[in-house]
Amino acid sequence: MDFHFDLTVASGDCTAVIGPSGAGKSTLLALIAGFELADAGRIRIGGLDVTHWPAAKRPVTTVFQEHNLFAHLDVAANVGLGIHPGLELDDEQRRMVERALDKVGLGGMAKRVPSTLSGGERQRVALARVLVRRRPVLLLDEPFAALGPALRREMLALVAELRHAGNLTTLLVSHHPNDALLAAENTAFVSDGRILAYGETRALLARTDCPELTAYLGGAQT
Amino acid sequence: MVGRAEPLRQRLASGIAVLALLAALVAAAFVALFTAAAQIEPRLLWEDVHLRRVVAFSFWQASLSTLLSVGLALPVARALSRRHEFPGREWLLKLLGLPLVVPTIVAVFGIVAVYGQSGLLNRVAGALGLPVGQYLYGLTGILIAHVFFNLPLAVRLLLPAWQSIPGETWRLAAQLGMESGHIVKHIEWPLLRQVVPQVSGLVFMLCFTSFAVVLTLGGGPAATTIEVAIYQALRYEFDLGQAGLLALLQLLFCALIVALIQLVGRTPHVEPLTGVRQLRPDLGGRGARAADYALVALAALSTLLPIIAVVMAGLTGPVLSVLGEWQTWRSLLLSLGIALCSASLAVAAAAAILVASRELRVNRYRDRSAEAMELGGSLILVVPPLVLGTGLFILLRPVVDVLAWAPVVVIGVNALMGMPYVIRLLGPPMTRITQRHDRLCASLGLGGWARFRIIEWPLLRAPIGLSLALCAALSTGDLGVIALFGSQQTTTLPLLLYQRLAAYRMDEAAVTALVLLLLCLALFVVIERSVAGRARA
Repeated sequence: MDFHFDLTVASGDCTAVIGPSGAGKSTLLALIAGFELADAGRIRIGGLDVTHWPAAKRPVTTVFQEHNLFAHLDVAANVGLGIHPGLELDDEQRRMVERALDKVGLGGMAKRVPSTLSGGERQRVALARVLVRRRPVLLLDEPFAALGPALRREMLALVAELRHAGNLTTLLVSHHPNDALLAAENTAFVSDGRILAYGETRALLARTDCPELTAYLGGAQT
Repeated sequence: MVGRAEPLRQRLASGIAVLALLAALVAAAFVALFTAAAQIEPRLLWEDVHLRRVVAFSFWQASLSTLLSVGLALPVARALSRRHEFPGREWLLKLLGLPLVVPTIVAVFGIVAVYGQSGLLNRVAGALGLPVGQYLYGLTGILIAHVFFNLPLAVRLLLPAWQSIPGETWRLAAQLGMESGHIVKHIEWPLLRQVVPQVSGLVFMLCFTSFAVVLTLGGGPAATTIEVAIYQALRYEFDLGQAGLLALLQLLFCALIVALIQLVGRTPHVEPLTGVRQLRPDLGGRGARAADYALVALAALSTLLPIIAVVMAGLTGPVLSVLGEWQTWRSLLLSLGIALCSASLAVAAAAAILVASRELRVNRYRDRSAEAMELGGSLILVVPPLVLGTGLFILLRPVVDVLAWAPVVVIGVNALMGMPYVIRLLGPPMTRITQRHDRLCASLGLGGWARFRIIEWPLLRAPIGLSLALCAALSTGDLGVIALFGSQQTTTLPLLLYQRLAAYRMDEAAVTALVLLLLCLALFVVIERSVAGRARA
């Protein structure tokens, strides 16, 4: 399958990326993160051309739907990996991890291991790592898809809080138009490897001139 | 639910009957061993210098073999897991499965042809002006043979650990900027720590109870294991008391080793993931790539060379005269008959146990009982074939002509040897069928033969075919119990090969080895293809 993406988002914005399975939502994020390399074209972040940068150097943090944590490391170590991949942390950095855990509502759980956490708690750990990494771009690849509606709303609120505090430019891949309405100023609709529509969330979801979008939404918004 | 109780009980009955039979057999053999051993004063045992040396050597060679096999398998498995683009990767994995099917005695012949005094390696060394040595017989030969068999096995057992690492983990490692050292520390080591003890335990057990390798490559009293000492006591010294005692000792050690393995932990569940393969971030440059390729090539070569040597030696040997001998054909037919009988028996007995155990697991939520039943079916892992054979020998000797009973005993013991494999191959798919289809079948009134024909057979024919093929190949190549029971009238092909090797009739041995190898491979391929069918899942 061919992918041709053309998208510009404003710094500090949250953009929801919606579209059918296999349309290329995750590929778009993988290109930005550097997990996949583009055959042609440019990827610019904050004026820097990062097209050929290795993943570790890009100003980006990704949160996946699952497997964000290392099962044998405790919560604090999993967050600490965001500061140093060899976990060589000084006292100030350790305090930074603690503060990040407090901010995501996991104060006092630093020594727990992932297997004792709920699905929501695990994603909070991943968000705490986002905080300590201090990278300006946040890529969320369906991170809350496995959570129930109430918990998902709660997590989206937490994301909103974090990104406003850190002025993070955010891309949120989701299957739920509701998530877009709740958390994102703008929404991009991806279909068949292309971005078919982009605009202010409420306006985009109300559009009727894009048959693929209408088919995808299937009257969910009426 | 009440109405279903009757057929459910039937499902348990056959499995319990099989296990009861197994238990009775082992108990009888145990009593026989104990009675025979009771004639000897146990105190004398510890003062026996020869025996102490045999025990020490058994542990020493098994430890070294395990260290070498698993130690070498780790980098090979890592290299294979890192390089998805490896040319002919599928074939390589198949090649690594080969030592499981190749008869031990044939491989030993191949190893002698490669590493022996006038072997390939020495000839190359001689041509290059390097020192030529005779080093094969004794510990070195045993280690080479054990690595030949167990390195590929360990690679195949370790590989799923790497394949179970999800793609997100590699992406995360890339994003966090992990280097090779970090990846080993945070990703690979935590996984291997769970798997390596189990794999090492299995390899140790296989090397500790290895018989044919030590019999043929071990040299003299300095390189003898308990297994071979049992054989010598029984067949050369005809000292039933000593044989019984040694067998009990071996049983005790095996039980201890198995207990230790269980203590280390249960086999972790590593399911290889299917889906998009993610490249790991630490693939390195050309140097790392070349090193990985060289490692895998070396492993493949050391597996392939002895087999090629067998084929070459066989083809250049006196093919016509060996094939013209009635002895060759009689042994071949006996081996074939034993293989087919024992394979069918192994699959039938294992299936009976599995029908009961999956019933317990899925419909009655009795996981532990189910596991105990399956462990019971793998009894031979604790009671080595030779120990069981010795017990049966002592038990049957006063009653019947043991040598005439050889085929029956060998069929039984070979079936027992195959059962652990069948349980591992058939167990998971059978459990899955019960989980998915039992209720639907019940609601449709589908049962008995109709259910087997419509549901079980299409879904299970692939693992059944593989099980039958594997058991038949294992049985064809087995040189164990037959060494105890074999006689002029009942010589299987592996025993014939051993006799020819022992008599230094190397030319005839070469052709016999090739015939045995071809028989094994042909049986494996023909059975697998014909039973599993084309639509293999």
